[in-house]
Amino acid sequence: MSDEIYYKTATELRSLLDEKQISSVELIQAVIDRTHAVDSKINAYLDTNENQALAMAQASDERRASGQTRGPLDGIPVSVKDLIVEKGKKARCASRILENFTSPYDATAIINLHNAGAIPWGRVNMDEFAMGSSTETSYFKKTVNPWDLERIPGGSSGGSAACVAAGETILSLGSDTGGSIRQPAALCGVIGMKPTYGTVSRHGLIAFASSLDQIGPFSRCVEDSAMLFDAISGHDPLDSTSYAGEIPKCADALRTKKGPWKLGIPKEYFPDTLDPEIHAAIKSAIESYREKGCEIVEVELPHTDLAIPVYYIIATAEASSNLSRYDGIRYTHRSDETSNALDIYFKSRGEGFGEEVKRRICLGSFVLSSGYYDAYYLRAQKVRNLIRKDFQEAFKKVDALLTPTSPTPAFKFGERSDDPITMYLSDIFTINVNLAGFPALSLPCGLTSGNLPIGLQIIGQPLKEDDLFAIAHSHEEAHDYCKLHPCI
Amino acid sequence: MSERNNIDIDYVANLARLELTADEKAKFSGQLEDILKYFDKLNTIDVSGEEPMAHPFPVFNVLGEDKPSATLSQEDALANAPKQRNQQLVVPKVVE
Repeated sequence: MSDEIYYKTATELRSLLDEKQISSVELIQAVIDRTHAVDSKINAYLDTNENQALAMAQASDERRASGQTRGPLDGIPVSVKDLIVEKGKKARCASRILENFTSPYDATAIINLHNAGAIPWGRVNMDEFAMGSSTETSYFKKTVNPWDLERIPGGSSGGSAACVAAGETILSLGSDTGGSIRQPAALCGVIGMKPTYGTVSRHGLIAFASSLDQIGPFSRCVEDSAMLFDAISGHDPLDSTSYAGEIPKCADALRTKKGPWKLGIPKEYFPDTLDPEIHAAIKSAIESYREKGCEIVEVELPHTDLAIPVYYIIATAEASSNLSRYDGIRYTHRSDETSNALDIYFKSRGEGFGEEVKRRICLGSFVLSSGYYDAYYLRAQKVRNLIRKDFQEAFKKVDALLTPTSPTPAFKFGERSDDPITMYLSDIFTINVNLAGFPALSLPCGLTSGNLPIGLQIIGQPLKEDDLFAIAHSHEEAHDYCKLHPCI
Repeated sequence: MSERNNIDIDYVANLARLELTADEKAKFSGQLEDILKYFDKLNTIDVSGEEPMAHPFPVFNVLGEDKPSATLSQEDALANAPKQRNQQLVVPKVVE
C-alpha cells in the first residue's frame, strides 16, 4: 500500500473513509495539491474545477456521516476525458473547433458518476477528436508519459492514463475506439478497460466512430476499474445502441470467481516484430496463469492482419460523417474570414481542425464517395464480419485471450508523427476487439530495461466483464506490477 | 483497387467542405495514396457471400414513446452560437 493518499486506490480509500481515517475533502485536497505539484511537468489536465470538487466532497462527507453514502465510489475523484460532456463545463475534444464550447447537458456516464457519489473534478487531454495514439494531436498541449518525460503517454486517452499514473486523480474515464483506453493504460502502467459495445451509454460522448466508440475506466487496481464499470454501465434509452439486457456486476465477482480458466493465446499477436522485452513479459504472465492451474491453448485469429485497413476505412468513414456537424454555424468556431455561407463551412473547418483530423476526414469522404463505396467501405464491413467470426470461433474453446496490448513500449515525441501508417500500427493488437465489439482490458505486467511499463491485454467474451475482471484480478493478486509508480 | 489509388484531393476536400492549404494538399495526397495502397490488402481475400457488419450487436427499430419531455431552452441551445441575434443564428445571406 502506498503511503501517499493520492496514490491509494479507491478500494483502499473506501475503507479509510468508512473508518473516518480521512475525509473526502482531505482526499480531494491531496489530489489537488499533487496536481499543482506535478502537472506543470505532466500536462494531463485541460481544466480543473477545484472549488466545485471540494463542495461535492463536503456533501459526500455529510452523506457518509449520516449513513447515506451512495456506494463504494462516494467521495472519490474521477478525471474525465475532454470528449465526455459535463453540464456547464468546456468540452473541447482537444480541438480548436470546439475551443469555446460549453456543454448544456451531462453525458449519461457523468450522471451515473454523480449518482454513485463520485466527483468528476477535471477535464483531461487527448488526441484531437480521439484521433491518434500518442495525444500529440491535441490542439492545446502535449501530455507526457510520467515514466519518462521525453516519451508520449499513448493515446488517444493519454491525459487519463498519465494523470492516473502520476497520482493526479484516483480514477479516470476515457474512451476507446481502436485501443484509446488500453494502449495508453499499457504505456503508462495503469489499468484501462474497454467494455462490451453497448454496455456504457454513448449519450454525451462526442462521437468519433459510432459503431466502435465505448467509454471505459482507468485505475491503479483491477477492483477500482470493476467498481467504476459497475457505476457507469447500464441501459440508456438516450443511446439507441445501448444494450437492454442484463449487464454483469463486476466488483463483487472478484471475490467469487477464482478460476481456473481456459486461456487462449492467438499466435497472430506474437509477430517477429514484437518488442522482445514485451514478448518476454507476456510469456511470463502466461506462465504465471499456467502455474495457477489455468489451461493454456493456442488459438487462431486468421484475419488479424486485415484489421488495420478495415478499421481505418470504417472509422474514418464514420468520422467524416460524424464530424460534418462541425459547420461553423451553430456551436463551433466560426472563421472571421468569410464572405458567403459556403465559406463558413470551408474556412471554419479548415481553421478549426488539426492535421490528423483533416487527413481522416479526407480519407473517410473518399472511401464513402460515389464509385469507391463498394470497393472500400462495403468490403471493409464484410471483412469486419470475418474478424468477428474469428473471435466467436476462438471463444468456443476458451474463456479469454491473452495478448500484448501494444507492440512497443512508449515511444518518443515526434517519432511517428509524420508517418500515419506507422502510427496506425500502434493499435494493431487492440483494434480487432473494437471491430468485434468484445470487452478487453490492459493490465501492467512488467517494466522494460528502460523502466517503461508493459501491458498485458486480456480479451473477454461479450457481456462477461465479470470474468474479464476476475481473470485480471487473479494476476494482480500474485504480482506487484500495479503497485509500481513512476518517479516524477 | 490499385488503379484507383489516385486521390483527387481537391474533389475530396470539396465533398468534406474542408479548406486545405497548398502544403496540406501536397502532403495528404501522397500520404493518402500510401494508405490506400495499404488498404489493398483487403483484396487478398474472398468476401463473396459475406454479410456486411455495420454494428457489433445488431439492433433494429429501437423505438421510443412519442411523448413530449424536457428539452434545452432556446437560450441554452444557442449559448454556444458563434453569432446570434433575437434568439436566432446569424449567417450570411444565402438567397439573393
